[in-house]
Amino acid sequence: MSFYFAQFLTGLSSASSLFLVACGLSLIFGVTRVVNFAHGSFYMLGAYVAYALVQFVPGSILGFWGSVLAAALIVALVGVVVEILILKRIYNAPELYQLVATFGVVLLMQDAILLIFGGDDQFGPRAPGLDSVVRVFGEPIPEYDLVLIALGPIVLGALWLLLNRTRWGILVRAATLDREMVASLGVNQSWLFTTVFFLGSFLAGLGGALQLPRVSINLLMDLSIIAEAFVVVVIGGMGSIPGAFIAALLIGELNAFGVLVLPQATIVLAFVVMAVVLVIRPYGLLGKAETLAHVAGQVELPIRPASTLAKSIAGLLLIGLVVMPFLAGEFAIVLATDVLIFALFAASLHFIMSNGGMVSFGHAAYFGLGAYGAAFVIKYAGGSMELALLAAPLMAAAGALIFGWFCVRLSGVYMAMLTLAAAQIVWSTAYQWQDLTGGDDGLLGIWPSEWAKSKTAYYYLALVLCGGGILAMRRMIFSPFGYTLRGGRDNPNRTESIGINLRQHQWAAFIIAGVFAGIAGGVYVFSKGSIFPDEAAIPRSVDALVMVLLGGVQTLSGPVVGAGVFRLLEDEISRLDYWRAILGVIIISIVVIAPEGIAGFIKKIAVKAGFERNEEQAS
Amino acid sequence: MKILKYMAGCVLAAGVALTAIAAQAAEPIRIGEINSYSRLPAFLDPYKKGWQLALEEVNAAGGIKGRPLEFIDRDDGGKPGNAVTIAEEMISKEKVTLLTGTFLSHIGLAVTDFAKQNKVFFLAAEPLADAIVWKSGNRYTFRLRPSTTMQAAMLAKEAAKTGAKKWATVAPNYAYGKEAVAAFKKELTKLVPDATFVEEQWPTVFKIDAGPVVRAVEAAKPDGIYNVTFGGDLAQFVREGNLRGTFENRTVVSLLSGEPEYLEPLKGEAPKNWIVTGYPQGAIETPEHKVFFDAYMKKWGEAPKLGSIVGYNVVASLAALLKKADAYDAETLVNTMKGLEVMSPSGKFTFRAQDHQATMGTWVGKTDVKDGAGVMVDWFYADGADYQPSDEEVKSLRPAE
Repeated sequence: MSFYFAQFLTGLSSASSLFLVACGLSLIFGVTRVVNFAHGSFYMLGAYVAYALVQFVPGSILGFWGSVLAAALIVALVGVVVEILILKRIYNAPELYQLVATFGVVLLMQDAILLIFGGDDQFGPRAPGLDSVVRVFGEPIPEYDLVLIALGPIVLGALWLLLNRTRWGILVRAATLDREMVASLGVNQSWLFTTVFFLGSFLAGLGGALQLPRVSINLLMDLSIIAEAFVVVVIGGMGSIPGAFIAALLIGELNAFGVLVLPQATIVLAFVVMAVVLVIRPYGLLGKAETLAHVAGQVELPIRPASTLAKSIAGLLLIGLVVMPFLAGEFAIVLATDVLIFALFAASLHFIMSNGGMVSFGHAAYFGLGAYGAAFVIKYAGGSMELALLAAPLMAAAGALIFGWFCVRLSGVYMAMLTLAAAQIVWSTAYQWQDLTGGDDGLLGIWPSEWAKSKTAYYYLALVLCGGGILAMRRMIFSPFGYTLRGGRDNPNRTESIGINLRQHQWAAFIIAGVFAGIAGGVYVFSKGSIFPDEAAIPRSVDALVMVLLGGVQTLSGPVVGAGVFRLLEDEISRLDYWRAILGVIIISIVVIAPEGIAGFIKKIAVKAGFERNEEQAS
Repeated sequence: MKILKYMAGCVLAAGVALTAIAAQAAEPIRIGEINSYSRLPAFLDPYKKGWQLALEEVNAAGGIKGRPLEFIDRDDGGKPGNAVTIAEEMISKEKVTLLTGTFLSHIGLAVTDFAKQNKVFFLAAEPLADAIVWKSGNRYTFRLRPSTTMQAAMLAKEAAKTGAKKWATVAPNYAYGKEAVAAFKKELTKLVPDATFVEEQWPTVFKIDAGPVVRAVEAAKPDGIYNVTFGGDLAQFVREGNLRGTFENRTVVSLLSGEPEYLEPLKGEAPKNWIVTGYPQGAIETPEHKVFFDAYMKKWGEAPKLGSIVGYNVVASLAALLKKADAYDAETLVNTMKGLEVMSPSGKFTFRAQDHQATMGTWVGKTDVKDGAGVMVDWFYADGADYQPSDEEVKSLRPAE
């Protein structure tokens, strides 16, 4: 019994650590609606800064806690700089742009921390005065764990007081409910957001600094904490701080007892819990239904068939793609194949995002399922490439069928988070089911059939499949199905009331997007010869989002342009040192300067120059 | 006068022609090197410094048959798909003679398979997975660093001597961890048939929640603990275990933990008396290592790490190969590499003809803390040649060519 109590306490201390990180994320989301990917980077920065500061005051109790607080403050100031320089400029853009901008910050911070603190793992000192264990029912419990256990509720209480007993807190809560109303009542909303970001970043930095006596400090901390923090925030209900606390307790204890019962399953456990909670309580344990923000001036223009000019450009592009292998070198063909694959992948995400208004943070799931589906045919059924390329969309469709059924029941950020959970379940299954998928060592030897072996032949195959897929989706966008989807996106109530089963349409769209992502995955696996769980992991999903946003969500050619630019850019700059920082800056700049994306930006210029007709003039 | 001018012209022309020939002869041999530099700087920075030093030495000594050796190094960002694309580029655009590099096992495997498909010579530098030379092994791939099974066998031999029977294992929950546990179990039960494994912990790699893991191990009350966690996970595991006295009066055997990359960050909290594989840097007195150590210190102002010696040995191996080979096509390179002997700072090793694994060994010893830093004591050099399965077994493990 005493053993289980000790395990319970260990779980509590992990829960407190998690809560400290997650509450800042939840706070920021609740008020500003920014899904802050950089929160993990602030956490990592907090740990590094605290580590550096502690070196000046070795062994001093006051010095240790002073360093922790100072680190949190420094991180808070960095957070404010990020908010003022980047986020402030894009609050009116759709939520996704902010996500992508903060992802740019993640890349930038990784290299900045590498540059400043070096690449070696660091191991901080134990907290002075708290470096041994106390016996609880005869079981050893680290003293520092007890401090953490106490800190969680203390921070929760302090936040509660701040939010409920101060004028600032009242304004913040009001802004969480209706930020336009708060603004129209004369509150300086912009200033309010900055202070919220200050507090949120402070908490992230504090969470990181407090880990100094527990974990080693390394450059992988940011992404490993962010996924977990997202889980906690979503389970608790986005924007709800007590919810985050309960969720952190749940996850902390689940881990503590999970390792006793199912030591192999700890990777997937948290995401399964998140999926279950979202299915039963779509807005998290303590979350409230999303209030529709009255976003001003962001009504999307109806899409129109391509103008003659655009058609001729597309035609020229197609001719260019067909003759390309005769003019370019072999590597250019390989790279072009990559671009085609990612263009289809991005276009499939764009299909549900732009038309259905459904944002997927886990689109890599279907890419990965397609790739694995194809690989299974080769590995286990002894099938041919042709059969495998048929299996790819089927496998992806099966996944999208199941996950989609749950996902379309939610909307907005909650739906996005459920897609993320689904993708993590796919990823961890691929990672864990070693007998089937080879686990992390992947499946090898998946090469094209004899006739498609040459790079040129494979390029044409990719051109037909990916180009065909993109055109097929474009066709669907202009079909009644596409119009229905957009109707549902712009006004779900009106759509439902004229007798359309919107949910079914959304579900179908989700599956279609899955199918095309699956095709992209299938073509991908044969171009690389091998498949690893990485292809279904979060970074691959983020790649897709970045490509769509780079190109422009509201432009049909957006994903194609975005995929091309992103893939070529990555290939070009990864030759440089600190290339991630450069990529981060480029992403941020595009989001801030041209939030309508590259293709959207070009279109805007074309309209201004009179090459394209403006909608207003047309109507 | 006219004839003088004529002769001067001749000399000049001859001079130009000679320079042209010399330039052609001195055209560098290009080597494509792919690694996850941005993802794992802690390991790959010392590795890069190692091969840069060796490259400088080779070229200062006149290069390979008068041609300088050149490395084209690229970052794959830790993505296997990118590594394959880069490999394509190196072959078709950069026109490299052969490929080398990789650290993460799955990226190593992706390039291994690429080498097979495209018939390109590939020397896997750092990845440990057995599959690179066994299950997924192929004619075109060789591997330098001692594999997971080799290192586990080294530890199992020492673990058998301790008399511990009841074992608990802690390993990261992915292919490497599973392979390392399976190999250790197999080797240990060969030597100690009545050894039992009473607890297995599989923390998520780079995300260990060390408190609960340590408690679970403790609850099983084993005689011995076999640890495969590394990096940040190891640090956390050590700290939580030390706090709770989990390692007291127990045998602990730990894979790779003596490597400076992992031992140094632990500083004064490094575990004592663990049996580990690693690299006792400054303490190695062999003349060939001394020369390497001093040169490295002089060039980089810091002691080499295990990655440095791997990086150095990559160049040493390739230089030996290219000097011996009479042509640089993949088939000749593969045939020359089989059984090739290499002199290196870690001693002489060969590339086995039967499975393309180098017999480069590693150091086995115990950990201790001296002057507030973790060190290896009572160590010896375990020659990789002594920890290989029988030739029949290797044959059954490797697909036929």
